[in-house]
Formats: sequence, C-alpha cells, structure tokens
Amino acid sequence: MQSFAYASPATLSEALALLGAEWGEADVLAGGSDLISLMKDYLHTPQRVVDIKGIRELGGIRKSGGGLRLGALVTFDELLENSAVRADYPALAAAARGVSSPQIRNVGTVGGDLCQRPRCWYFRTGHGLLARDGGGRSLVAEGDNRYHAIFGNQGAAKFVSASSLGPALAALGARIKLASSSGTREVTAEQFFLTPENDRQREIALRPNEILTEILLPPARGVRNATYEVRQREALDWPLATASVALRMKGKTVESARIVMGHVAPTPWAAPEAERSLAGKTVTPETAGEAGQAAVAGATPLSRNAYKVQLARTAVKRALLAAAG
Amino acid sequence: MRPVSSNKICEVSKKTKARVSRRGFIRGVGIGGGALGTGILEREVLAAPPAGNLLGPGAVPLTLTVNGKPQQLVVEPRVTLLDALRNQLHITGAKPNCDRGTCGSCTVLVGGKAVYACSMLAIEARGKSIETIEGVPASDPLVAAFVHQDGLQCGFCTPGFVMAAKAYLKRNAKPTEAEVAAAFGGNICRCGAYVPIRKAVLDAAGRGKGGKNARI
Repeated sequence: MQSFAYASPATLSEALALLGAEWGEADVLAGGSDLISLMKDYLHTPQRVVDIKGIRELGGIRKSGGGLRLGALVTFDELLENSAVRADYPALAAAARGVSSPQIRNVGTVGGDLCQRPRCWYFRTGHGLLARDGGGRSLVAEGDNRYHAIFGNQGAAKFVSASSLGPALAALGARIKLASSSGTREVTAEQFFLTPENDRQREIALRPNEILTEILLPPARGVRNATYEVRQREALDWPLATASVALRMKGKTVESARIVMGHVAPTPWAAPEAERSLAGKTVTPETAGEAGQAAVAGATPLSRNAYKVQLARTAVKRALLAAAG
Repeated sequence: MRPVSSNKICEVSKKTKARVSRRGFIRGVGIGGGALGTGILEREVLAAPPAGNLLGPGAVPLTLTVNGKPQQLVVEPRVTLLDALRNQLHITGAKPNCDRGTCGSCTVLVGGKAVYACSMLAIEARGKSIETIEGVPASDPLVAAFVHQDGLQCGFCTPGFVMAAKAYLKRNAKPTEAEVAAAFGGNICRCGAYVPIRKAVLDAAGRGKGGKNARI
C-alpha cells in the first residue's frame, strides 16, 4: 500500500474540503472492504484518505416523504435490522442479505456498495478498467470472460457492476444524493451507474470532489418487490446474475413493472421489453417465464459467458414469482 | 582439537530450543532494521506535526485497546489493524491469509462486532475495544467445544472462527442448526472442518449433542 495522509473529519463540509479535483488525490473511506484492497494492490494510490465514519449526518435510517432516507454510512447489518426495510423493501433486504459475510455486513456501507470498483480480474490485476493491451485490443474479449457482461458490452467496457444494492435501488426508483463543496445534486439510481468509454471515465457518476451522502427510497405502498440471486457459492462471492423487480399491482394484475438485472452488464441493466410484457397481466410461471425470455432477448454474450443468459432469464422469472407471492 | 561429544551438542541445542521460539528468533533477526526504522519514523513525527486532523503519511502515535489493555504504538496510517496487532504489538492470534477481506482468518472483534482486521486501518480502531483470540481463555466454553468436537484440522482458521462465533453467539445465544450453518459465510476452513465447527458452536450454545473428545 502506498502511504497516505489520513483525515477523520467530523462534518461533511470539512470532509468535502479535503477531497481533490482529480481522482488520485483523495479517496473516501467508509467500511474499507473495497478501498483497502484496492490500495494494497496499488489500484488506488491516494495522497489523502478521508475517513467519513465520524460524520453523524451521514448515518441513520429515517422516514422521509412516505419513503425512507438511508444515510450513506448505514451498514448492510443496520439495513437488515431495520423492520421498515425488511417489510417494505424486500428487494433491497434480499440484496443486502446476499452479502453473506457477517464481517462485511458489519462494516460495509450502502454508500460503499454503490461506489465499490468492479471485480473484473483484468482490472484487479492492473490492466485497467477497460482491460486493453498496447494495441487497444480487449483482453476480456479474447481472454477469460466467464464472469463478464452479457449486455452493454459492445463498447470498450466489458466488466459487470459489482454493486449488490444497485439493481434493487434502480428497480425501486431510488434517488441518490451527491454533495460537493459547491452544493448538492440528485441522480436516480439508474443515472448513478455509467458505462465508461475511455480510461479517464469511471463507472459511476460520482465526481472526485463529491461524497455520496444519502439514498432516498420512494414510498413502497402497493409496490411488490423482490430480488433473486443466482450464485455459484452460497457465500464469499458475488452472484453470477441477479434480478430485482418492483411491481405496481391492481389486485392480481400488474399495472406496471420495473425489472433490473445485476452482474450482467457494466451497470444495473433494466429490461424494458420484459416490463412491458407484464403490463395488464397476472404473474404466473408462464408470464414470468415470458418476461425472463424478453429480458434476455437482446443479450450479446462473450466467448465464455453464454451460460449467464440462462441464469439471468431464470433470475427474472424467479424474482417476479417471489414478488407476486 | 578435542572432538565435542555428541551429548554436549544435544545439551546446547536443547537449551537453545528452550530459550528461542520460532517467532522470537524471527523477531530477533529483525531488531536491527526495526530499531533503525523506528528512529526514522520518530524523527518524521517530530518534523511534521499533523495539521488539523490530517495525520501522516509518516508514522503517528496511536493507542489501541486490545483485550482491555491500552497499548501504545507508532504506525503509519496505511498500516492495517492486522499488521499493527501482529508486527507491532506481537499479538499474533489473528492470522494473515488472503489479506483481502475474504477468508476470515484475521477476524477480531472491534466494538463487539466481528471484522476483518486485514481490511481495517489500525488508525480507524483508535478509541474502540479490540478483542482477539488472546483475550479468550482456554476455559471458555466455545474453545472447549472446538476441542471436544475436533473443530479444526490444521488450525490456521481457528482463531478467526472462534472470534466470529463469539460475536455470533452474543447476537443469537440459542441458534438453530440451520442458523449456524448460515452464520459463518465470512470464514473459510480450507481443511473443510465445517461440520465439527458448526457442532462446536451449537455445543457452546447448549444446543449440541456434545463431542467425542475427552474434556480438557
């Protein structure tokens, strides 16, 4: 790990003043599960590490406008202990439960989950986020891409978003608040995730001088929601494919559906065709299966990950059946 | 020259063995470099007093409370809690293994919660209670249960499992078998002693059937 200066500001404005105009000047430390590994591998070599855990206003879960406001520092454990989260946002609770290590749930934060870097093994071994050789050819396309993207992979980025909560937050229509010294802005969970096109871009909308401060969940009344994860291992690994769904129902009929897949693209990946296919229908194994089929119709698997198409299709079907109960 | 009797050689090596542990020997070899390093680090601390609450990048003095005892040390902010415990304080029960927050062999309790000591900076643990396997007596029912159930083979993961189990039983004193099976997703045992480990945790919670080994 390269050496760095460490700050533990007590207020958000102090913390923001310690950030840099460019990436590489400062990194924000919360739970540390990802950042410390990134620094050990010299993938992040910040001059300053700004530990935000002492900033009270960034913690806590409270009711807000009929929905919930999650402070960026809320841990997975706190999320799962919260009865309102468990009762009204099962899609989010299931995604948090998927982080199966208690040690990570104890320290890992919701803000950190959204800001964690991708797990692409080319990126993690120092080949860059877009993993290209000197001639600009993709190491992923020609290499071992079994865990890489099956959607949104036609450009340079072929990694998958590592965020566990991102797909659930996108399906639920959450908004994310970002603060800098010059003010705050809000983006939707969908807008927060980006597909970088060159080496200067990151995979999230957060700028180097910003801190993710809170997540705003809209009211969940009448919204049936669920997450289904397909995994190789029960624990200690990211899922292979997931789906989070949120259904606005009228009795047994779906009025509108939000379906977002995880770990299949550089961002959480919405499936509008699948959403439309359900409108006005009841959720049955048949309609859920058709929605799963529609969700993966546009998949563009790489040389070694076509198996993920079937996993994503099944994740969508099972998440829909779980949500409909 | 008179030949040295083989008996004498044995005596000498026996004495050496009694005095020098493997870890003590390694530590002794490192003293020269360590002392020099400390000198440089202390000078850095004096030369660059931290401005505001910005500390480092040079070494900074810290107090960590480990197993109830305050311990002074001087480390750079980049030093992890695991490295500070092992290399500075010589509290070596928490084991380095994957060093990337996955395997759980470095598990300690910070503020009563199980954490990966490899994925936390020592400086983050200031002012918090840190509990390691050294603070768990051999008479602890959990330790005894691990022995009775043979909850290990090579034992490298054991301190991490015991600490993770301590934290877990504090939250759920009477777990079911299924709950225990799901509770240790943060620890790996490469020998595959998961079944006896789960039985040991159930035994310690008074929910098990007891092990085959004699009580110690």
